[in-house]
Amino acid sequence: MSLKKQISMTVNGILVNAEIEPRKHLVDFLREDLHLKGPHLGCEQGACGACTVKVNGQIIRGCLFLAVQANGAAVETIEGLTKSGALADLQESFMRRNAMQCGFCSSGMLLAAAELIEKQPKATREQVREWISGNYCRCTGYHSIVDAIIDVLEARAKGQKIKPVVAHV
Amino acid sequence: MKAAAFDYVKPKVLHDALSLLAEAGGDAQLIAGGQTLLATLNMRLSEPSILIDITDLAELKGITLVGDQLRIGALVTHTEIEDSELIAKHAPLLKAAAPHIAHRAIRNLGTWGGSLAYGDPAAEWPACSLAMRATMIIQGPSGERRISAKDFFIDLYTTSLEPDEILVATEMPIATSGAVFYFHELARRHGDYAVVGLAAVAQKQGDILSNCAFTFFSVSSKPVMAIKAQDLVNGKKLDEESIGKAVLAAREEIEAMADLTNSEQVKEHLIGVLLERGLKHMLA
Repeated sequence: MSLKKQISMTVNGILVNAEIEPRKHLVDFLREDLHLKGPHLGCEQGACGACTVKVNGQIIRGCLFLAVQANGAAVETIEGLTKSGALADLQESFMRRNAMQCGFCSSGMLLAAAELIEKQPKATREQVREWISGNYCRCTGYHSIVDAIIDVLEARAKGQKIKPVVAHV
Repeated sequence: MKAAAFDYVKPKVLHDALSLLAEAGGDAQLIAGGQTLLATLNMRLSEPSILIDITDLAELKGITLVGDQLRIGALVTHTEIEDSELIAKHAPLLKAAAPHIAHRAIRNLGTWGGSLAYGDPAAEWPACSLAMRATMIIQGPSGERRISAKDFFIDLYTTSLEPDEILVATEMPIATSGAVFYFHELARRHGDYAVVGLAAVAQKQGDILSNCAFTFFSVSSKPVMAIKAQDLVNGKKLDEESIGKAVLAAREEIEAMADLTNSEQVKEHLIGVLLERGLKHMLA
């Protein structure tokens, strides 16, 4: 009995076909087979949120989802969402607020924050803290991350953009 | 860690899923959202030979109103419950409870039916289904059977589901006018399992509550109803004294079990704290 399965999905808009073992979870598939190193593998038990990716438009834990379950799905990672500009103001805000140090949590944190901004555009500081409680950061103590997200919420409410820290050439 | 090897199938119809389950003879594991299963596979706490992915089964999907009953398909995710207008209107207890379940990325995949079938005594949905007097709709080789939430939860991670059966949906009476509810759980960090939680519903008329259901979770090997406390409250005018009596009764009747960090005494104390807050909230 061959345990390998044929799968097909779009990853950051590109159609991907592969043959994989059912036991391989989505983050291992993205990192090892597709060499997308943006989603990180931390706890591998759904606690830390470093592996957050989007499947069919929603954030999920990449370690709690099998690659074979993503057959036919649209997968997006920090790489694709950076390129498309979907996270641009959050990323600028994270830089302005120094909302990262080692960067291990950042890709997951940005994807989680983006879904919060989409679903709860009027979120309070308390709601931001609750929402990102599923993403561990062991460097910042969270305050700068919450500040960065609040800045984007406030800017969006006023129809403003976050000004880049570094001028892009 | 990495999961041990297993096979994977994704049947299109319920009949095929039931046949596959029967063929595997107890060695298969159903997967829906997989938000508990994947962690246990990764840690090799479970090693099924085959996963049967049931997420294509149409009979298990959707939230619908059937007369005065609200039907919630087993595949409905925690996020769908959190965002559903039907739930907000007809089962507001569930809407209040949903944000307490883990974190959004997990709620986007984890399912109503998965949580009920797993029977975790610390989980929100078993307690809510008990408080809402839900009926479980189950399909097996010999057809459909129905069982009340009260009889469904048997013990720690143990329900009345047989290995060859699939939980398809639940039905529960919709909240009528005068219905009040309270949901709260005490946890060390948002999204963590509760130290103690309470899902409560009642009918309110003036300062009298009736038809009460006070369901505590994370206190014992399954969600438990504080029946003596309910009887003390039902149909009587509530004041500080009678609330105090109900609190005492709940603390006495529930045999709290300690967990890794909280003693029986702590849990017993918190049962009373939550009931007092809940009664005052529902009367306000």
